[in-house]
Amino acid sequence: MSEKRDFTTPSGIPRKAFYGPADWNGSRYAEQVNDPGVFPFTRGVKSEGYRRKLWTMRQYSGFGTAQESNARYRYLLDQGQTGLSVALDLPTQLGYDSDDPRAEEEVGRVGVAIDTLEDMEHLFAGIRLDEITTSFTINATAAVLLAMYVAVAKRQGADLRRISGTIQNDILKEYVSRGTWIYPVEASLRLIVDTIEYCAGEVPRFNAISVAGAHFRDAGATAVQELAFTLSDGITYVERCLARGMAVDAFASNISFFFYTHSDFFEEIAKYRAARRIWARVMRERFCAQNPRSWAFRFGLVCGGSTLQAEQPINNAIRVAYEAMASIFGGASSIFTAAWDEPFAIPTEQSAELALRTQQILAFETGSAEVADPLGGSYYVESLTDATEREVCALMEEIEGQGGMVPCVESGYIQQLIADQAYQRQRRLESGDEVVVGVNCFRTEGSTRNLELFQIDDSSVHRQIDSLRAVKERRDGARAERALEALRAATGSGENLMPPLIEAVESLCTLGEICGLLRGIFGEFREPIVI
Amino acid sequence: MRIVIAKPGLDGHDRGAKVIARALADSGAEVIYTGLRQTPEQIAATVVQEDAGAVGLSILSGAHVSLSRKLIACLRAQGAGDIPVLVGGAIPPGDVETLRALGIAEVFPTGSPLAEVVAAFMRYERDGAKR
Repeated sequence: MSEKRDFTTPSGIPRKAFYGPADWNGSRYAEQVNDPGVFPFTRGVKSEGYRRKLWTMRQYSGFGTAQESNARYRYLLDQGQTGLSVALDLPTQLGYDSDDPRAEEEVGRVGVAIDTLEDMEHLFAGIRLDEITTSFTINATAAVLLAMYVAVAKRQGADLRRISGTIQNDILKEYVSRGTWIYPVEASLRLIVDTIEYCAGEVPRFNAISVAGAHFRDAGATAVQELAFTLSDGITYVERCLARGMAVDAFASNISFFFYTHSDFFEEIAKYRAARRIWARVMRERFCAQNPRSWAFRFGLVCGGSTLQAEQPINNAIRVAYEAMASIFGGASSIFTAAWDEPFAIPTEQSAELALRTQQILAFETGSAEVADPLGGSYYVESLTDATEREVCALMEEIEGQGGMVPCVESGYIQQLIADQAYQRQRRLESGDEVVVGVNCFRTEGSTRNLELFQIDDSSVHRQIDSLRAVKERRDGARAERALEALRAATGSGENLMPPLIEAVESLCTLGEICGLLRGIFGEFREPIVI
Repeated sequence: MRIVIAKPGLDGHDRGAKVIARALADSGAEVIYTGLRQTPEQIAATVVQEDAGAVGLSILSGAHVSLSRKLIACLRAQGAGDIPVLVGGAIPPGDVETLRALGIAEVFPTGSPLAEVVAAFMRYERDGAKR
């Protein structure tokens, strides 16, 4: 290996050999940084950091049928996991029932299949929704899944004002980088505002949206781009809620965020510190929010993703551990540590357990969680936080200058910026300018031989389709039809779609029926082709 | 030289597909990228319509075996059974031979070097599938 000559962060921020008072001297501490729990929250949204409550250990999981996933959830909870994160299969994310020809081969594969309210009930069998928080990585069909979750909570006799969790519900980034869009932009934004408005009124502790930068990042964006695009998306959603006539303090605390922590330790920490400061100012100064809870930038994250490598895969466990440590120094509210075998398949029970233990060791053995923002006041970290903030704000202004995120997404501009970065990064990897251990140096042969990987039980597809058909036969068909008609009428009147959606799922209308109806009315997004 | 890069099925992870498409274009190929959620029928039709010399599938959802099988059947049905199909994505090592047995020319799991992928496309585009 040749000696490293280029000392910039992956986002291109120059790095000096050391930092001192000339780089950051604390003279503007109260204005720029301030104590944890105090505006602008650079050092965290809680004054005592993790002392009163650790971050939520929330491992993304789900596969096959609701019953199989429920067993994995209970296993993880028994192992000390503190929140649930539901992975849904692609047909569920795209509004197709498990018996739809387009769903073939994808049922239960990258997540659990949910067709009807009964599946959602099985998913949480033996788990009280008022005692656990649940995160759903669901976007285009988020309103339907929220309706099902609310309906299950009601059936369990839970008080809706006490249930808490998150639906991702961030369609703008789907158009750019994750690809599970259905409807065109305006119809999707209406559905999102409907869910935010509904939650603010009825399920106030539920985060109706988790504005996600993670997928920009995994598609190739730098940390600076990830943050700028995410905050710009957040601004778009706030503007849409205000346009609906909602008061900013009525919904701002229902908005949370979601990121990837990648490998560059200090850049990631600086990213999260800068994020809190920028968002606090946007909410207070631009949107005139009065409630400090509205200024607080709360986020969950994933460690792993595209930093995981297929070569020498056990190394991934080490990568994830470092990323998790950066994440808590960054002040994350919830963390998902991916398992080492995820470049190949859904994790096995053993690899999922190791991923959870990684967080538990960090939390309980290293002492890292006992002091809030332990790196605050470091010349380097404060300087890098300032530089990240400057770069992010400059990119946000550029997006604003082009009319905001909606036109930038529809034109493919954001997609192009990300594709450019992904390609340049790949070139750096291939040239060896950027080192990935075991991949472009320190290679060994045969590191992927004899892996014991998780196998999907193919028979679960048939069980899923059988139970879907049984529900359709058993349900009160007339009630289901009335519910779909009421939903159709509501789309035309402009009223909030959540109440008719809840009625539809309680009438055992299927996800595919509901989304098929909406697809017919709203149409589909047309993807700009960008390479 | 014309190459179709396609995303079959419902999977939305297109980073790899786009990076490969760009690398092929940089190497002088004319690349047609299909965008997301293409059925095997649509992909085969694109291959025939564009008179492509090779097609690359990018799949990270785990549905690679059945989607590959279907595409090969569709290509044959449309009289393009000699067009080589290369597959990349989240492919467990144990599935590589399965894919080859189906008639997939080359398999590139995540992390495969661009240069290798590009060279394989060039070779197969020139020589055909030899199935």
